[in-house]
Amino acid sequence: MPKAKVTFEDVGVSVTVPAGTRLIEVSEKVGSGIIYGCREGECCTCLTKIVSGAENLAVPSILEDQVLKDNMAPRRHRLACQAQILGGEVVVRPA
Amino acid sequence: MAVAALTDLAVEVAPGVHWVGALDPHLRSFDIILKTANGTTYNAYVVRGENGVAVIDTVKEGFADDFFRRLESVARYEEITTIVLNHLEPDHSGALPELLRRAPQARVYLSTRAQMMLKALLKPSGEKPPEYTPVTTDDTVDLGGRTLRFLHTPYLHWPDTQCTYLEEDGMLFTGDIFGCHFCDERLFNERVGDFRFSFEYYYTHIMRPFRDYVLDALALIEPLDIRLIAPAHGPILRHMPRDYLHRYRELATPRLFNEARSEKTLLVFYLSAYGNTRRMAEAMAAGAESIPGVRVSLYDLEGGDAAIFTDLIEEADGLAFGSPTINGDAVKPIWDLLSSLTSVNIKGKLGAAFGSYGWSGEAVRLIEDRLRGLKLRVPVEGLRLKLVPDTDELEKCRSLGESLARHLTGRIEHRELDLAAIA
Ligand code: FES
Ligand SMILES: [Fe+2]
Ligand SMILES: [Fe+2]
Repeated sequence: MPKAKVTFEDVGVSVTVPAGTRLIEVSEKVGSGIIYGCREGECCTCLTKIVSGAENLAVPSILEDQVLKDNMAPRRHRLACQAQILGGEVVVRPA
Repeated sequence: MAVAALTDLAVEVAPGVHWVGALDPHLRSFDIILKTANGTTYNAYVVRGENGVAVIDTVKEGFADDFFRRLESVARYEEITTIVLNHLEPDHSGALPELLRRAPQARVYLSTRAQMMLKALLKPSGEKPPEYTPVTTDDTVDLGGRTLRFLHTPYLHWPDTQCTYLEEDGMLFTGDIFGCHFCDERLFNERVGDFRFSFEYYYTHIMRPFRDYVLDALALIEPLDIRLIAPAHGPILRHMPRDYLHRYRELATPRLFNEARSEKTLLVFYLSAYGNTRRMAEAMAAGAESIPGVRVSLYDLEGGDAAIFTDLIEEADGLAFGSPTINGDAVKPIWDLLSSLTSVNIKGKLGAAFGSYGWSGEAVRLIEDRLRGLKLRVPVEGLRLKLVPDTDELEKCRSLGESLARHLTGRIEHRELDLAAIA
């Protein structure tokens, strides 16, 4: 299976993951400060800054886009419960 | 009963500004968690300009009749151009679907974060959402000679909350902020009974978990010329309104100067049946202290109560909890403390667990799960030791303390892991 690498800057951990993994599946295991509420892309609690490698995440769904917009999320921010890592390297930190 | 005597009609707050809310004197608990010894009010307001009429908030659904009767006493539905929703919780939006039916031409103004909630609220009535405009700080609505200006004050106490300032009159409509559950038909703060306790109780239970947002909101509000504060519950604050701003600022500011301000603080709480978990706690604390820039405090949960510890926790950067495992669980004082933390903001603080055990040792994992549930980050795996810790094991406790301290100060070595290995 193709692999990808995601780095959580706030806890200084890089994790090798299978392509298709969502940030939420990794961030809690490494104790990153990204926090979750609804876990299904509605509440915007898990807003996360994509430091680099944004192009390696699947494009946001219509719902995620709407939630980001409603919450006035700055550029290069995603919902960690939604964003899927497709490959390459991604560096993130809590918003 | 005194409160039944209030007129059925709207109450004038200022020329062209009326209270059209409802009294709920028999309510005894609100949102399950809040006691309301003499009920509450749902305050809604009508503001009349030369070119239009604005309705600010509504009431709880069961009180819609009172609201519409009072509204009709000062305005006709076809005059309503503007509906402002400062907060969409059902105690304020309950009469909204019916109001939209009666005044379909009105445009709704709400915060950007309220849009999804509006759709969810109107879902059961099956009607298409009204025309609405999402607004933020400094957006205005001109009613003709009267201007409504919005202030974006989120998380007080929902993501959608905002305030609305009536510029020409120096009136601030604040939603739940500066509100309290206190029902008194005399309505105005210099006339009603003693509501000071209710005001502070409401702050503590509703606003305190969002202390940082309270301070952000005050920064927007304090520079304004405030002649009257019109909250969505309890007395209208027209006598010395700035006193209530000051009180919020005091309540949102730590009482004593924080001596450890430039350092990161770690609180280590423990309970110990035979002194083993205590020895672990002491070794951890010593380890954490050895890292510059971290100040550690050690507390035996047997010697304090949840209220005091809650105050300490609100200010701390990191929290570690030590518990023995008794009958497969952590001990009750730990759970009591953790369940009382909803009244303060602990999101994103560093959390950790440790403990000595006799034969199974479930407590540490259970505490870690709870800490994650409370939205703490738990980057360092907890430590479980069987019965009496030996020298090597105490060394492990020390290094747990050190590594927590490194996380607090941001001095962590980079680690490379594989998801399969940590799953
Ligand atoms: S946790 Fe609610 S949007 Fe991600
Ligand atoms: Fe509310
Ligand atoms: Fe309310």
